Amino acid sequence: MMETAGRRRNMRLVVNPITCEGHGLCAELLPEWVRLDDWGYPIVNPDPVPPELKDHARRAVAACPTLALLVRLD
Amino acid sequence: MRAVEASGLRGRGGSGFPTARKMSAVAQGGRRPVVVANGTEGEPASAKDKLLLQSAPHLVLDGMVLAAEAVGARRAIICVEETARRAWLSVEAAIDERRAIGLDPIGIELAASPSGYVVGEESALVHWLNGGPAKPTFVPPRPFEKGVGGRPTLVQNVETLAHLALLARFGPDWFREIGTPGHTGSTLITMSGEVARPGVYEIAPGTSIAHTIASSGGAADDVRAVLVGGYAGRWLDAEHSLRLGLSDDQLRPVGASLGAGVVVVLSRRGCGLAETTRIARYLAGESSGQCGPCVNGLAAIARALDQVHRGEGGPDTLATLQRWATDVAGRGACHHPDGAARMVASALEVFSADVDWHGRHRRCWAEPVRPDLVSSAPPRSR
Repeated sequence: MMETAGRRRNMRLVVNPITCEGHGLCAELLPEWVRLDDWGYPIVNPDPVPPELKDHARRAVAACPTLALLVRLD
Repeated sequence: MRAVEASGLRGRGGSGFPTARKMSAVAQGGRRPVVVANGTEGEPASAKDKLLLQSAPHLVLDGMVLAAEAVGARRAIICVEETARRAWLSVEAAIDERRAIGLDPIGIELAASPSGYVVGEESALVHWLNGGPAKPTFVPPRPFEKGVGGRPTLVQNVETLAHLALLARFGPDWFREIGTPGHTGSTLITMSGEVARPGVYEIAPGTSIAHTIASSGGAADDVRAVLVGGYAGRWLDAEHSLRLGLSDDQLRPVGASLGAGVVVVLSRRGCGLAETTRIARYLAGESSGQCGPCVNGLAAIARALDQVHRGEGGPDTLATLQRWATDVAGRGACHHPDGAARMVASALEVFSADVDWHGRHRRCWAEPVRPDLVSSAPPRSR
């Protein structure tokens, strides 16, 4: 998902909890925004991702083996 | 639809969403919508939907047909659990009666749904009607946007539809005559636990918990606490809550809601921890098994509660329990883990003295012969 050109939108990360298998790559690539619970499943900060983390966030989304980490723009 | 809005009717399935808003969202969905009457009642402490289907099926069917006309649907399906035999037969007979005299402009389909705690969750029910397993799906899109056959789908609890039929007959002003500004119309509640006459009662929202207990024959002993809203509801201690009114606007300030209309009474003979452990174990078993935080979290919470109940929890067990309850909330595809976490967190608050006692004496003091306060068998319908 790409940001609409010329319009600043909030970027948030969401997890599809059904497809997430707790591989934990997201927390490794984006520790500032994602932590793991006691069973290895991600707890994602619900706030808009700050500009300096956006590239890292996109990288984490692309790296998720089950495509469970998603970007939502609002 | 204007009458529904003026009436202030809210869904009686648990979430209390304004019915008119859901209807207009479905009507504006672009494609011809589908109406689904949700008669599944997975909540073990609730019996009102089954009783309603059994004793007044035409009222529910009237509401379905009216809702279908209002949103422009040509397809209407009523889902009743296949195990709710008497409700099922009653609805089936009513549909036959209507068909025989050509009463309705549309045909009503009857679907025998599987039983289970999360089956009645909107997206799970729609998933099942579309041929999938009766398990919640990742939303959005929500059923009102894309539901049965990909069409906008109005899923309404059967009690909500019965109210809709009555308010169509008598008008929104009549509907508002009973209840509170934020919880209009009468409401069905299932009273269970340690009351003399457990069963389904119709009350005016706002009726105090104490009065409702008295109406159901009174409690077996001094009331210690009440579980309001069902297994995914909240424990309230008697001292501060018996004078509270049973309506969503009066319960909201204490973090509770009436849910699907459930009140379970615990007297001082019972042990709050024992009941909570049993409920938590049940809820863990009813996870649809799809989301990691729910599958692992609820099982871990139930195990830890059991340890505390048996007096075997270490000093940090309680802190861990509280952390888990916070951690699992909001992390499932549906609200199942949220409800379980809320119930457990409320128990740790309300029964903190029991937690101490169990820890010190390393056992439970509740009478072991007492029948389970909470069980998987719903209270008998009255």
